Amino acid sequence: MQVIVNGAPQEVAAATLAKTLVALGYADAIVATALNGEFVPARKRAATPVRDGDRIEILAPRQGG
Amino acid sequence: MDFYGYEPASRLLLGTSQYPSPAILADAVRASGADIVTVSLRREAARGGEGQDFWRLIRDLGVRVLPNTAGCHSVKEAVATAEMAREIFATPWIKLEVIGEADTLQPDVFGLVEAARILGAEGFQVFPYTTEDLVVAERLVEAGCRVLMPWGAPIGSGQGLNNPFGLRALRAHFPDIPLVVDAGLGLPSHAAAAMELGYDAILLNTAVAKAGNPVAMARGFAPRSKPGGSRATPGRCRRATWLRPPPRCWERPI
Repeated sequence: MQVIVNGAPQEVAAATLAKTLVALGYADAIVATALNGEFVPARKRAATPVRDGDRIEILAPRQGG
Repeated sequence: MDFYGYEPASRLLLGTSQYPSPAILADAVRASGADIVTVSLRREAARGGEGQDFWRLIRDLGVRVLPNTAGCHSVKEAVATAEMAREIFATPWIKLEVIGEADTLQPDVFGLVEAARILGAEGFQVFPYTTEDLVVAERLVEAGCRVLMPWGAPIGSGQGLNNPFGLRALRAHFPDIPLVVDAGLGLPSHAAAAMELGYDAILLNTAVAKAGNPVAMARGFAPRSKPGGSRATPGRCRRATWLRPPPRCWERPI
């Protein structure tokens, strides 16, 4: 299925947000996630299904003012 | 000065954006004496993105972090960003920005108050980036804000205090709320002017990061400058009238 990850289309086969993060190479990274604009806490990623067309945001600390 | 039970060691808060290098950022933070720095969240590339390195650098500095919602133009974006920031930075503090106008980065004060109410109910300790408007400030305090951060001038403009009368009125109306001039300062004399108005602290970024010598400028802004060290001329940042719009919420810096 195709999802939008950080604004770009990606093909993924994983069924949950947790598995999607691993499949995309974020397994060990310190990141926060949102699905379709709503925050998904790390503890809920394994129980959060990912569906075709979903928008996933994967964010990390960055410089800010 | 009391930020939700925390007593800062310095009256200077420093942003971490736009420095020439991570090493200069780290040196500037140390030179400034700031014990609170602002940070952000942005989209991360897979497999060792730069956010991981940045976060290590900040943790090594041993300072408190004040995450922001920079670039958010809606209440929904700002709330989601705050929720993500609380998880990743493990702090209830959030510098709440809801931008209403892209050129001047003027806050959307209506969205700001709404977002502050939502986040306050979720247990956040909100530091709202606002204007000097007294009525908006009153609404923010009603929403639970115990710190107010009015702009001195548009973000990154380096103009100093554009409305000293309004800032003075805000101080007079809220004698017991910590007030921080959040944006628009360019020179240490602007910081002194804020202190003369009775403000508790200032928050800087561009003034230091885009100075000719950021570390020297950080030292120049430090409230208790120590003798010695470099005598390099700090070199003020560009004084801007109109600004290039920054990246939108979550997008990577340009």
